[in-house]
Amino acid sequence: MKARVAVVSFPGSNDDRDALGALELLGAEAVPIWHADARLPDVGAVILPGGFSYGDYLRCGAIARFAPAMEAVRAFAADGGPVLGICNGFQVLCEAGLLPGVLRRNASLDFVCRDVRVRVEQTDTPFTDGCTAGDVLTIPIKHGEGAWYADDELLDEVERAGQVVLRYADGNPNGSRADVAGVVNERRNVMGLMPHPEHAVDPLLGPSGGLPLLESLVAAALDGVAVPA
Amino acid sequence: MKATVLVRPKEGILDPQGEAVGAALRQLGFEVGGARVGRLVELDVETTDAAQARAELERMCDQLLTNPLIESYEIEVGP
Repeated sequence: MKARVAVVSFPGSNDDRDALGALELLGAEAVPIWHADARLPDVGAVILPGGFSYGDYLRCGAIARFAPAMEAVRAFAADGGPVLGICNGFQVLCEAGLLPGVLRRNASLDFVCRDVRVRVEQTDTPFTDGCTAGDVLTIPIKHGEGAWYADDELLDEVERAGQVVLRYADGNPNGSRADVAGVVNERRNVMGLMPHPEHAVDPLLGPSGGLPLLESLVAAALDGVAVPA
Repeated sequence: MKATVLVRPKEGILDPQGEAVGAALRQLGFEVGGARVGRLVELDVETTDAAQARAELERMCDQLLTNPLIESYEIEVGP
């Protein structure tokens, strides 16, 4: 019996295949979903992959959030299903209001493409329950608009509720507020992160800090346990 | 009916793009203090009633054209 995890492709998504590949590597059945499909098949988790959906026109993720598939993703999340947004996927989830805050242009204005070290701060989520708090994972980033932003009030709420799941551990590569690299929603079933775990699953090719996150997700998908509201 | 939406970075928020533009202008010898960069959207809306157009444009801004966490907007309706 395999975990079934969906990966939604938008026009301009380019890390969908690596996400599908990483899931297969971890023994899951990876289910590709086209953005125009209004219904999700029976899956245990959903990934919104990295890329440049709609060319990042207007604002990153601003148009993709209205794709027909996003209605199904929203319903899946409302039922407690785990949803992971990677990079552009994180941007889509913020624009869709499924995650707090917004991702802005890197403070340096540079596109940053390198490995970063992120610290796991919360382990009571389906994405990090295979980790220990304080674990530092090495995972690559590659983005021009990855600076997470929330105003003082929202940042305070997010911090108090323990919604910051990953924080940059060795310097802040993009000007993200409070060094935030990944957050969850209040219910803790939707997560977004700027680093790319799907590019860090094979020690032969480089760091494999993405494994604990994706393994946790696949395990959650296999259990099929919805996160209670 | 023609309409124009001006989208600006919210006041007080860091605008690195604006800073880069300001720095570049100063490097060219212009005496420029601050600079902030936004975007302009020009639309052709179907309604002929200005008030209705304005109301629709506000909804467009709230739903798609702007992100209220980081942007403010100004609507101009009419010829």
